[in-house]
Amino acid sequence: MPVLTYAENAGGKFKKSTFEAVSYARAIADQTNTSLTAISIGDVSADELNALGKYGADKVLNVSNDQLKQFVNQAYASVIADAAAKEGANIVVLSNSFSGRGLSPRIGVKLQAGIADGAVALPEISGDKFTVKKTAFSGKAFATVQLTSVNKVIALVPNSYKVVEKQTAGKVEDFNADIKQSDLKAIIKEIVQATDKVSLPDAEIVVSGGRGLKGPENWGMIEELAGLLGAATACSKPVSDADWRPHSEHVGQTGIAISPNLYIAVGISGAIQHLAGVSSSKVIVVINKDPEAPFFKVADYGIVGDAFEVVPKLIAAVKEYKATV
Amino acid sequence: MKILVCISNVPDTTTKITFTDNNTQFNTNGVQFILNPYDEIALSRAIELTEGGKGTITVINVGEVATEATIRKALAIGADDAVRINAKPHDAWFVSYQIADYVKQNAFDLILAGRESIDYNGSKVAGMLGELLDIPSVSIIKKLDIDGDKGIVEREIEGGKEILVIPFPFVAGAAEGVAEPKIPNMRGIMSARTKPLNVIEPVEVKVTSEILNYETPAPRGQVKLIAVDDSASLIGLLHTEARVI
Repeated sequence: MPVLTYAENAGGKFKKSTFEAVSYARAIADQTNTSLTAISIGDVSADELNALGKYGADKVLNVSNDQLKQFVNQAYASVIADAAAKEGANIVVLSNSFSGRGLSPRIGVKLQAGIADGAVALPEISGDKFTVKKTAFSGKAFATVQLTSVNKVIALVPNSYKVVEKQTAGKVEDFNADIKQSDLKAIIKEIVQATDKVSLPDAEIVVSGGRGLKGPENWGMIEELAGLLGAATACSKPVSDADWRPHSEHVGQTGIAISPNLYIAVGISGAIQHLAGVSSSKVIVVINKDPEAPFFKVADYGIVGDAFEVVPKLIAAVKEYKATV
Repeated sequence: MKILVCISNVPDTTTKITFTDNNTQFNTNGVQFILNPYDEIALSRAIELTEGGKGTITVINVGEVATEATIRKALAIGADDAVRINAKPHDAWFVSYQIADYVKQNAFDLILAGRESIDYNGSKVAGMLGELLDIPSVSIIKKLDIDGDKGIVEREIEGGKEILVIPFPFVAGAAEGVAEPKIPNMRGIMSARTKPLNVIEPVEVKVTSEILNYETPAPRGQVKLIAVDDSASLIGLLHTEARVI
């Protein structure tokens, strides 16, 4: 039975986390000796759809319908569950993105499927036993969850599985979705895109600031460093609580949990709640005046120094580095 | 307007997470349990929306008797009454089925939950409830206002936000920004003791997932400290040694 993966787009372009989910789903299809179908919903060009074959999709279902141009999770979940049923897929893979978090529970109920959300590794499959490692306790632990239902839904944490190119034919077919009007009750009135910003959950590099920056007026150097590195900006909870930065930038246990390749924390001491949300970053750099800051205990690289002295030096060094590559 | 707020009982955010029984059980020894911070935000917004007699708030929890301290806190903050479904919350599927079953017999205009519980981080209850009740759901909201018989909801999307108009009834998962958490005052604490807390028995639900065991992240290596005077060399190390830029 094939694996189905939802290929999520943003403004008609597939995201890196989509290619991660497709690569991950391909690996499951290979493990279970079956095929992989990807489903795309919305306005996506033929070239983009064909690109899914590059990451291992044997078949791409394209749902292009005026009523589904924008994401309404009730309707999208119906279409994806419908496609899973028609394809005979019993494993559905999504990204654990903001949209994926809205979709996976609805799809799970429709398919009467157990859900492994926050998955960070490929499933282990042995006979009837199907287990997936997922995050728990806000990054302070991992849980191995066994899915005991026939159908299964897995939502993969962005940046936790590498994109793997595995060329297949990637045949694109139109998929006629049966859209129920009752699924379209939520109306999108407005979309406000922060187009110049790197999306925090997807970001490979995150530059984050804390109270050590002393005030919102000092964020220019954080943004400049992030801009040079192609990074997203983030902050600690006290900073968003003080309205220095928006809540959407707060990373930590009660904010967004992230797992970038590189996390640069400037002026953040590293309270247990902050560490919980960022500790799965692959490399952590900490810049703090206080040598006793707990963050240094989990950092890979550290500079004990004043942010206002260190960050400008890093900005100059990145500029120099970029001039040589 | 009748609002239902789903609440869960979670380990305090400062808890050091450990396990027992060969890493198969969460070690609750010495752990203080609290009202899930996101649920607290949802409850706080519900209180703001019903201020001045504009509605009532019921809180619902799936949990054993030990969760009643958390339920009483929600009543002290300002909920009107509470329901406890007397069962260990096996997983989001189990919890959502129990709450959906209650809602099918007790209609609400608006159902709020936290975007996720800070223990199992699922973000599933809002979406599952929406599906089980066949009503719209928004899993992570940053803002919620009411306009007559509709909700105006701001939803976070990657790289921006969306504003949605959703007719009642619907389910939403509250995130930071929706409201400032409210602290119970003495009057609230006193009145919470006498507010109704109804205990009902669970319905039978098929099991679809089981947690087999837990592990904690591998300890990280020793930090490599770089002198301030040499801080520019960090960029070189991130390129040549860590290979992340």
